[in-house]
Amino acid sequence: MNAARNPLDTVTFDGPKATQGYNLNKMCYSFNEASAREAFKADEAAYCDRFGLTGEQKEAILKRDILRLLELGGSIYYLAKFAGLLGLSVQDVGGLQTGMSTEAFKEKLVRAGD
Amino acid sequence: MAKIIGAVGTSHIPAIGKAMDQGLEQTPYWKDFFDAYPPVRNWLNEQQPDIAVVFYNDHGLSFFLDKKPTFAIGAAPEYTNADEGWGIQPIAPITGETELAWHIINNLIEDEFDVTVCQELRVDHGLTVPMTLLWPNEEYRKIKVIPVAINCERHPMPKPSRSYKLGQSIGRAIQSWDSDETVVVLGTGGLSHQLDGARAGFINKAFDLYCMDKLVTNPEALLGYSNADLTETAGAQGVELAMWLAMRGALEGEVNLLHQNYHIPVSNTGAGLMLLEPT
Repeated sequence: MNAARNPLDTVTFDGPKATQGYNLNKMCYSFNEASAREAFKADEAAYCDRFGLTGEQKEAILKRDILRLLELGGSIYYLAKFAGLLGLSVQDVGGLQTGMSTEAFKEKLVRAGD
Repeated sequence: MAKIIGAVGTSHIPAIGKAMDQGLEQTPYWKDFFDAYPPVRNWLNEQQPDIAVVFYNDHGLSFFLDKKPTFAIGAAPEYTNADEGWGIQPIAPITGETELAWHIINNLIEDEFDVTVCQELRVDHGLTVPMTLLWPNEEYRKIKVIPVAINCERHPMPKPSRSYKLGQSIGRAIQSWDSDETVVVLGTGGLSHQLDGARAGFINKAFDLYCMDKLVTNPEALLGYSNADLTETAGAQGVELAMWLAMRGALEGEVNLLHQNYHIPVSNTGAGLMLLEPT
């Protein structure tokens, strides 16, 4: 088990994770700019290379593998910008991470109020 | 001396901003959430505070991981908003304030809170969503804002008790400012939610309601929680309780609860609203 993981199956975004994920997060931070979002869409792999992502990080970006990106040092706040670029809501991302459809994920949220 | 006339706690979820952009306030998903706000807006409209001190957290607009302050305070005449990357429309600039801001900064440093001081700052949805919720239709531009940012993004984060003490120190500073201006304090964010990982979608209604009760009656009961405790009990982003604790810290002693609401879900979050007045 990764030391940065707590028993709740949550990756704690701490110093070691922030070090591991710095370039990945820096790339996602760039997505605040519309021009960067366009550049990424034009050539995703080349854009990852420009920021020096590792091979694993690049593969996870290309596969939209959010859980793996968290393992590889991604911060959810920056990954949210990546998701936004893909046109995904946080419920879509929730579904992707939990293996549910977006609708099932939304249902789960509604049930939390019962 | 300046006077703190009240405090508001509110969630700051980006989807709220999008819903307002798209005029969805009265649709079935949103109605119960938005209908809780007019009493607070009315109170603000009656009281007409001059200044709002707003505790919020930046989500990667101004503060990237390269330079991320644990506590930061603005001392600028104006704050701009900008594209955050996922579709919420930037809003017109927020009016800033510098005189009380520098008074607070001097007092914080004297009080051994060595904050980062920002004479220019872009503020994100953590600040802008509450402003547009509380003062719609650009009414927010008439109130002068002092932003106070708390790191809720990368661990280590300030202990919840420390954020409360920051709020206490700012509260004392406001009340020692030689001015007849009136101040409202905002705590934004939370309540329970988790966006990341296999536990995404975690919300803890019982804990949120407990926190909202204790924030009114006995905030010190919440100060024993660590950020790890909050992550476990309220989700990874439940650490945003920090801003509500800072808000409550700024109000000395007992308070009257004038209005509150709790609604699930807004996006992935248990959304809280609270209006407090000093006794």
